[in-house]
Amino acid sequence: MKIEARILFVMFVFGAVIATIYWFTSYEDGGTVMLAAVSLLGLLPGSYYFWWSRRMQPRPEDLPDANPEDSPAIIGAFPSSSIWPFILGVGAAFVAIALVFGVWTAVFGGTLIVAAVIGVIIESRRGGAY
Amino acid sequence: MTVLAERPSGFAHPEAEHGPTGLLKWLTSTDHKVIGKSYTITSIAFFLAAGIMAMLIRIQLAGPDSTVVSQHTYNELFTMHGSLMLYLFAGPFAFGGIANYIIPLQVGAPDMAFPRLNALSYWLYLSGGLTMIGGFLTVGGAADFGWVAYAPLSDAVNSPGAGPDMWIVALVLTGFSAIFTGVNLVATIFYLRAPGLTMFRLPIFTWNMLVTAILILVAFPVLTAALVMLWCDRHLGAHIYTVSGGGVPVLWQNLFWFFGHPEVYILALPYFGMVTEVLAVFSRKPVFGYRGMIFATITIGALSTAVWAHHMFTTGTVLLPFFSLMSYLIAVPTGIKFFNWIGTMWRGSLQFTSSMLFAVGFLIVFLFGGVTGVLLASPPVDFYVHDTYFVIAHFHEVLFGSAVFGGFAGLYYWYPKMTGRMLREGLGKASFWLMFIGFWVTYLPQYLLGLRGMPRRIAVYSASTGWAGLNLISTVGAFILFAAAAFTVLNLWVSWRVPEVAPANPWDGHTLEWAAASPPVHHNFTWLPPVRSERPVWDFNHPEHTTQMHPPSEGEVTRAERVLASGHPDAGKETQR
Repeated sequence: MKIEARILFVMFVFGAVIATIYWFTSYEDGGTVMLAAVSLLGLLPGSYYFWWSRRMQPRPEDLPDANPEDSPAIIGAFPSSSIWPFILGVGAAFVAIALVFGVWTAVFGGTLIVAAVIGVIIESRRGGAY
Repeated sequence: MTVLAERPSGFAHPEAEHGPTGLLKWLTSTDHKVIGKSYTITSIAFFLAAGIMAMLIRIQLAGPDSTVVSQHTYNELFTMHGSLMLYLFAGPFAFGGIANYIIPLQVGAPDMAFPRLNALSYWLYLSGGLTMIGGFLTVGGAADFGWVAYAPLSDAVNSPGAGPDMWIVALVLTGFSAIFTGVNLVATIFYLRAPGLTMFRLPIFTWNMLVTAILILVAFPVLTAALVMLWCDRHLGAHIYTVSGGGVPVLWQNLFWFFGHPEVYILALPYFGMVTEVLAVFSRKPVFGYRGMIFATITIGALSTAVWAHHMFTTGTVLLPFFSLMSYLIAVPTGIKFFNWIGTMWRGSLQFTSSMLFAVGFLIVFLFGGVTGVLLASPPVDFYVHDTYFVIAHFHEVLFGSAVFGGFAGLYYWYPKMTGRMLREGLGKASFWLMFIGFWVTYLPQYLLGLRGMPRRIAVYSASTGWAGLNLISTVGAFILFAAAAFTVLNLWVSWRVPEVAPANPWDGHTLEWAAASPPVHHNFTWLPPVRSERPVWDFNHPEHTTQMHPPSEGEVTRAERVLASGHPDAGKETQR
């Protein structure tokens, strides 16, 4: 996990250094804000990973001599199929199209989104079904 | 149905696939392989549509005073050609199609980290793409302000109608799709790697996709925010980009290119990764300068966030020395990559398959595009050729070089893994040579046209300009390119109609995806080799080479030898666990 944190810290340091140089050479605020945002995008998750990396043992994927049988048997829960991403995607598209053709498509799209959100929560709690 | 994925150990029997079949499978699947294939097919369809638009553009420009299409239609064509190629083909083909399919396999994972989010990404991409194309069905036609939508051209006065709005909405949808895919890729690479697969053993393609995914997270939110503000300008009178209300039109350019230049590398880095894999496998060598490649990728990714205004040199509002210097600097890590690619091939046992040909072709054409990019990073040169066909030729060489040459190298390389079928080498090589020839015939004349002053985005020119001859040559080249792409489509069709079964590891590949079946079973792996270097499957299959480069423990060599000697994977079972 340490390497992952370092990768994001590279982004943090690079963004901070470039934002500083850019500000003192151009005094242009828009670009400086965006570069500072790049720096923060590295800092926030990078700090999280770094914080965890100091509190956990190296995982099997961090150890150069780990074997396939060294990892926990269960990797995680992976849904095989679910209709809700499709419903959510269609709903989001109808809501977005409301920005072009008026609010009526948003009503339809919004209904689909609410249905999808409820459906996916129930599905996750139940252990999954499509 | 949710399945608790277990870490494969030993040579277990393939897990049976559950769930729906047919159309319902396509609509409901959260399997990265199904979604990756859907992305690949959809993006290739958008590629062909954009290619047809390119042919109409070249036919219109083949001669002076042409009237094949109207000026308005021409504006729609070049806008939608660029939009489809960049937003709906080159990016999604790489990070939605190939990476979606290959990354979980390369890291030894059963799926992407967030399978439902992955499915949502695809549906947002598809609905966004259809919305963008749907602009052609509106009264005023599709968006016609260029793929960069510069303000104030893109405001409600200069570009009224539903078509431009649909373009904006489509990009918001596909933008969210890309962001979700970026999150998914980062989480998959950080959390779902196989035991022993440390970060500095990841395949170069995976590393490049990691940097690409982080760049997506940097770039796409800026575009989405800029588009929302553009919509507010068009419909709510926000005046963010209009001078009349105290806004700043050039702000759009700053925001757009802060997305746009990382986007160029979002479109290039995945293909760099594909080419690296192909060159190493077909040279029968490990990647030369593995760590150097990774640091070059990270450096390119970092620098790409600080060069956006080199697209805006002629606006007179940007700091020329800063952006020029930063742009020049990108040539250094890119040069390291070229050095390493050549080093990988150097004294290798080269096999010139279709995939390898496309990869070598990529090296040549991308180098040309890259060198003219260094020229354009110089403000005095840029002032001279800005918005001419010189720029068109440059970015087509870079993007066509990476997305099509690199992309086809990846497609020919991983197609057997994705489908369990081989592509025909003869058709592939014909496609390559036509493409390589057509590429130069199309784009070299465009450099000369740019130097002779032909501006981009003009539908008609007069005979007195002297541009007719070079334009005709370029159009002939475009037809050759179209024929080249048709050969690959024919190849896909032949492999679909007359299948030639692919083995699990047809190229004697290096990385973990070649330890899975072709196509992989549900949740991908029935066994995993021990990972002791950046090419675990090669180590497992070639213990004699492994001893020289990465000394394994005694047990591993014994297991590999047993498997190889018996020709059956069960022979390794005794030393498992």
